Formats: sequence, C-alpha cells, structure tokens
Amino acid sequence: MASFIQGSCRLQNGKVILNGQEIFSSTVALNAFLEKAYGHLQLNYPKFYKMDNLSRLGFLASEVLLKGKDISSVNPFEISVVLSNSKGSLDTDASYFESMKKVASPALFVYTLPNIVNGEISIRHGLKGESTFFVTPSFDPDLLYAYSDEILKEKSKLCLAGWVDVLGERYEAFLYLIGKDNTGLKEKHSVENIKSLYSA
Amino acid sequence: MSELKVKIIDALNLKHLKPEDIGDDQPLFVHGLGLDSIDALELIVLLQQNYNIKITDPQEGPKIFKSVKTMAEYIRSHQPA
Repeated sequence: MASFIQGSCRLQNGKVILNGQEIFSSTVALNAFLEKAYGHLQLNYPKFYKMDNLSRLGFLASEVLLKGKDISSVNPFEISVVLSNSKGSLDTDASYFESMKKVASPALFVYTLPNIVNGEISIRHGLKGESTFFVTPSFDPDLLYAYSDEILKEKSKLCLAGWVDVLGERYEAFLYLIGKDNTGLKEKHSVENIKSLYSA
Repeated sequence: MSELKVKIIDALNLKHLKPEDIGDDQPLFVHGLGLDSIDALELIVLLQQNYNIKITDPQEGPKIFKSVKTMAEYIRSHQPA
C-alpha cells in the first residue's frame, strides 16, 4: 500500500517554512530566532526553554507540521519518529564539556544524545511508536525512505521523518509527515519526492 | 529571597516565570512549580556555585528544596563564614 508525504516543514536561515510557504522569519542569532519562533507560534510549553537547540529545532518543526492535524485518532503506538543528522549532539556535547570546567550541568548532560529530540517530540504529542535517530555524513533520502517505508508497511500508520542538525549558528531542520492517506501535499512517499521537497 | 528566585529562574531556564510568580512557600516540585529530578540536580549545582554549599546527605534534599523559603533558610544557616 502506497504512503504519502502529507506535509513538510523547514527551519533554516532564519525562516520557518511550512509546505513551501514562509510563515515566520527573523534575522537574529539562533537562540533568539528559536525563541521568537516559539513566541510567534503562540506555544505554551515551558519545557521548550529547557531544551538544547537540537531539540528546540525538532520540537518547533514538529509543532508547525502537526498543527491542525488530528493525530489523536491514530493509535500512538502506530506513530513513528525517524530523524537524522550529521553532527549528532556535538553542539550540546561542547557546551557540556565547557560546564565540566566548573560544575558539570545535569540539565545539559541529558541532551548529550541526539535522539533526545525524538523523545521531546514524542512526549509532547504522546507518540509511542518506533523511534530512531541516524547519524549520517549528509542528508540521506535513500536511508530515510527505506527505513520509514518499512515501518509504514510493518507497524505504523504515520511517520514523522527528516533531518535536524545544528552546530553553533549553522542549523537546519527539515521534517515531513508520511501517512497512508493522500492528504496535504499529495506527494507519494518516494526518494525523488523527498529529495525534491528537501531541495525546494 | 527575590535574588534567590532570580537565580533559580536563570539556572533552571524558567523563562516563562518572573520572580514574583514564585511564592515563598510554594512547593518547588510536583504540584507546585512542577520541577523534576534534573531540576533538583541543578538546584544542588546552584547552591554549590553561588553559595559554596555542598549537600553531602541526599536525604536532606526534600527538606531543603521544599520551597524557596526552605532553600533560603538552608543557605543562611550553612553559608561558610
């Protein structure tokens, strides 16, 4: 049974883009950009302020992507999160290393794994399905397609997939939602369509 | 106590709160301010970094971190001379 990409969201270069449409932009540095975007989206989730930038990026992208989508009718054990990046949790690892010169920060330590962003998104939306994080040299649509497609065939009805990467001021989040229904973007889930959305 | 509240907000990234939002006697954990176990560790770090106080007995934690008031009292009675 075919799957479809129902929507995509990108955070990069001071812009938040949903399905190709810019919904927010700001030219400030990353920390301020993320907090301004959080404010613009009128979110009320204080845990956001405790997250590292990798989790904040993934969290905001998922908020934008899932806003207005009723996922409550889907069994939470059948909603998966498959993310990837090239730098793992290096951004926070470096901050944690700095904190160790004085007193190591427990709050930073908990973010010294890249898949924590999966956890933050899953906690927020009550997702209990497959959760995977790949670290690859660059965005790998073939890998994301193959893995997500297998999950959707075997045990999921929805899959939140993509790329969330950050190191200092260099950041990029590209998330897309895949489901069995041909709604939203109406793009068939395929390597070519993932590539096309990513490079748009 | 307002200075301590500012330090708590800063250390725990409670940017959605102002010092006046935290009551002196308000419980810090669970149904009060809603802090969690990682926050508890950060509060221990806060005492160490800002007041040079090390908590050696973990059993003391719940009593010390019950509220801002109990924290302030503990700091007053344990600050090195």
